[in-house]
Amino acid sequence: MSDVADRVKKIVVEHLGVEEDKVVEGASFIDDLGADSLDTVELVMAFEEEFGIEIPDDAAENIQSFGDAVKFISEAA
Amino acid sequence: MSNALMAGKRGLIMGLANDKSIAWGIAKACSDAGAELAFSYQGDALKKRVEPLAAQLGSDFVVPCDVGSAESMDALFAEIEKRWGTFDFVVHAIGFSDKSELRGRYVDTSRDNFAMTMDISVYSFTAIMQRAEKLMNEGGSAVTLTYYGAERIMPHYNVMGVAKAALEASVRYMAEDLGKDGIRVNAISAGPIKTLAASGIGDFRYIMKWNEYNSPLRRNVTTDDVGKSALYLLSDLSSGVTGETHHVDAGYHVVGMKAVDAPDMSKD
Repeated sequence: MSDVADRVKKIVVEHLGVEEDKVVEGASFIDDLGADSLDTVELVMAFEEEFGIEIPDDAAENIQSFGDAVKFISEAA
Repeated sequence: MSNALMAGKRGLIMGLANDKSIAWGIAKACSDAGAELAFSYQGDALKKRVEPLAAQLGSDFVVPCDVGSAESMDALFAEIEKRWGTFDFVVHAIGFSDKSELRGRYVDTSRDNFAMTMDISVYSFTAIMQRAEKLMNEGGSAVTLTYYGAERIMPHYNVMGVAKAALEASVRYMAEDLGKDGIRVNAISAGPIKTLAASGIGDFRYIMKWNEYNSPLRRNVTTDDVGKSALYLLSDLSSGVTGETHHVDAGYHVVGMKAVDAPDMSKD
C-alpha cells in the first residue's frame, strides 16, 4: 500500500473511529464507515492539512470513498 | 487556577462545531481563565461533536438549541435558569446561508435565502439577548462574531456581508438597550480562519492567502488569537467597552492596497 493510502487511512480511522480493516478501497465514508455530512467536510479539511494541497469544492463533492480520496490526493500531491 | 480573571463567571457558548471552531478558541480561553461553561448545539450531528469538547473543559452542561425556534430558545434559557439561576456571558457564534449563494453575484440573492440568512445570522443574536438579559448579572457581557465583509466588498461573501453589517448594527442598538442594566454587547471581526463554516465560502483559500500577504502582521489569525481578544471583551478588563466591533484580523482592516512585498497571485 502506498504512503498516501497509509496516511489517508490513518486520518479516516482516527476521525471516524472505525476499524482499520474496514477502510478498503471501495469503502464509502457515509454508507460504509458511518460518516455524516459534516464528517465528509472535516475529512477533506484534514486531507488538505496533512498533504498541503487544495481540494476545490467540486472535487471535494466527488470524494465519497477511501479510494476516491487516495486517487485524488495521489494525483494532486 | 493560574489565572482568576474569569473565576466565578458562568457563560453560554453557542455555535461550537469542532476543534477548528472560533467558538472553541473562545471557550478554551474562558475556561483557562476559570470560567464555568454551558454549550448549545443544533442537531445530533453537532451534539456528538460538542459533548466531548465540552467534557475536555470539564463541562457536562450541553443543551440543544435551534435559534430558528422561539420554543427551543425558551427551553435553553429555562435550563440555564434551573441549573445556574443567573449567569455572566454569552458567546454567539452562529450564522447560516445557502452555500450556493456564497459565490457568484450578490445581486442574484433569492428572497428566501436573504430572509433565512438574516433570521439565523442576525435576528438569532437579538432573540438570544432578549432571553439572556433576564438572567444576566450586572457586569455581564455578550460577544458575537462578524467579518470585514460587512464593511467592504469581499469576493463571494455576498448576502453574508449584508447580514454581518446588520449584525454589527444590532450590536450597537443592543449596547444601548442593555447598557442601562450594566450588560455590554460587542462584536469581534475576525480575519479569515479555515473553519467548518468557512468551507461554505467560495475560494476561501484565496481570501486567506491575500490576508496573509497583505495584513500588517503578515499572517492569518488563529482561533487562539480570537479567544484571547474575546476573553478581554467577556471579562471585566473591558468594563468600559460596549457597542464595539473589535477587529482581530492581524490589522488587515487598516490596509489600503496590496503590500509592496506581497507576491502576485491569482486564484489558480
